[in-house]
Amino acid sequence: MIEFEIFGNKDTRSGFGEGLHELGKNNSEVVALCADLIGSLKMDAFVKDFPERFFQAGISEANMIGMAAGMTIGGKIPFTGTFAAFSTGRVYDQIRQSVAYSNKNVKICASHAGLTLGEDGATHQILEDIGMMKMLPNMTVIVPCDFNQTKQATLAIAEHEGPVYLRFGRPVMPIFIKPDAEFKIGKADILIEGTDVTIVACGHLVWKSIEAAKVLEAQGVSVELINMHTIKPLDKETLLKSLAKTKCVVTAEEHMRAGGLGDSVAQVITTEFLVPQEFVAVNDSFGESGTPMELMTKYHIDSQDVVDACLKVISRK
Amino acid sequence: METKDLQNIASQVRRDIVRMVAQVSSGHPGGSLGCADFLTVLYFDCMKHNHKPFSMDGKGEDLFFLSNGHISPVWYSVLSRAGYFPVADLGTFRRLGSKLQGHPSTDKKLPGIRIASGSLGQGLSNAIGAAETKKLNSDDSFVYTLHGDGELQEGQIWEAAIYAAAKKVDKLIATIDYNGRQIDGDVEDVMSLGNIGAKFAAFGWIVYEMDGHNIDEIKETLAKAKAGAGKGKPSVIVMKTEMGKGVDFMEGTHKWHGSAPNPEQLASALSQLEETLGDY
Repeated sequence: MIEFEIFGNKDTRSGFGEGLHELGKNNSEVVALCADLIGSLKMDAFVKDFPERFFQAGISEANMIGMAAGMTIGGKIPFTGTFAAFSTGRVYDQIRQSVAYSNKNVKICASHAGLTLGEDGATHQILEDIGMMKMLPNMTVIVPCDFNQTKQATLAIAEHEGPVYLRFGRPVMPIFIKPDAEFKIGKADILIEGTDVTIVACGHLVWKSIEAAKVLEAQGVSVELINMHTIKPLDKETLLKSLAKTKCVVTAEEHMRAGGLGDSVAQVITTEFLVPQEFVAVNDSFGESGTPMELMTKYHIDSQDVVDACLKVISRK
Repeated sequence: METKDLQNIASQVRRDIVRMVAQVSSGHPGGSLGCADFLTVLYFDCMKHNHKPFSMDGKGEDLFFLSNGHISPVWYSVLSRAGYFPVADLGTFRRLGSKLQGHPSTDKKLPGIRIASGSLGQGLSNAIGAAETKKLNSDDSFVYTLHGDGELQEGQIWEAAIYAAAKKVDKLIATIDYNGRQIDGDVEDVMSLGNIGAKFAAFGWIVYEMDGHNIDEIKETLAKAKAGAGKGKPSVIVMKTEMGKGVDFMEGTHKWHGSAPNPEQLASALSQLEETLGDY
């Protein structure tokens, strides 16, 4: 029986806020910048306790990213915070030149990613950010799955030298990663072991995949679930080991099909171990206003979509 | 440093610039020539800096950010003449595998460069960040930048200008290369900037003006800007220059913004510029 201990329900952005606050206490080189979204990014505690290390950039994301890059000169470790839409698309050129090409130790922390931003609608629901960020040389891309893991990832990226994109979100979701779990950048977690199909998921789709695995288990299908929290560098070893066993894969993410986790997995299987793949992702479409859960259903990134994709990919073996 | 010595260095820097762009038939000589006097004074008379060993963090040093990265030839020449790397390396400019990339970068580890530039409008933000870090590190040094006047058409410059004034980034001295020209023609025709000094003043900056080809005036203005800094306001120097300065056929036009002289033109240019320190 698939069972997970649940440690409550929280949003992943709050995990970032707690992690950042802890970094404030433990690492004097960590500084934080925000573009007028302290509350949304849950940066309040850091701002209150470490005001001298907090930099309010106002609604000027380009300047914020450029400043963050400059702040590394002299040894600071800047964490920038704004919505994912404004953390990436709006400032792509600044990230490309001042952060990635210059290989600066900037941590771009992005909340409200994907459809689950909800009612604000498509202007804010970015679904292309993973693709944009993973295309940049030197950039590490991390999409943690729950509150605990987001906190662990926030702590881990401070120890990693180089640019990082950390993506998290707004909806309150179950916490199922242990509070003391080890988080290693580039090392995926196998959450469920199984033999019939591999699901590779990131972010909120990890919980949706757990739900799907339970449904499939009741139908006699054995799922192996990999939480691929690091999109880049991708943990090929864990992926290929699993595929050798299951011989098929479903990728699941709150992102556009193009450029997402599924693309990264497809590159591995087409070049190293060819097996059937199905994608659970948004298919070349903008989002719209609605509740997070309504949107996940409508845009086919819900647990039922993961179930359907698993059955389909198994039939293609 | 004596004015005459600075003039000699600037003359050699100008020779380096035209030779560098001519040997690869590419690069940006116009703006480079226009800023040769300023960068010479900055590195040889004004800034407190160490080149051996070059430190990326630059703690305790004044820092310089070239925001208009396309005038890399003048910066590379000044850096090499100041001892950051061998002058012979200038001969590799824009060639495959060179540390001297078309636009300044850090990936090939050229000493003296702390961040990439080329896509315009980012250097002021970078410099503000570096200045904020200096404040946190209780490092009283200055941060300098250079920008093209056309570059001021980028919105990010004005985001940064608001920030620097609002947050009292006051050890920052920006300089605008006011040559009035950009790729498509005169700035006035392409998209007029109006009164640059008045714009910065309205944004809360201390504004200075100077002639970018008068070594004494550059020295004095930089000294004045340093003396006036640290009192809660960022500073900007609007520096009047002539694009192509020192080579008669490159002056008075935007034509030499991004094109290199042919061998005959190079010979003519070199005949106008005294070889003072020995060509690379």
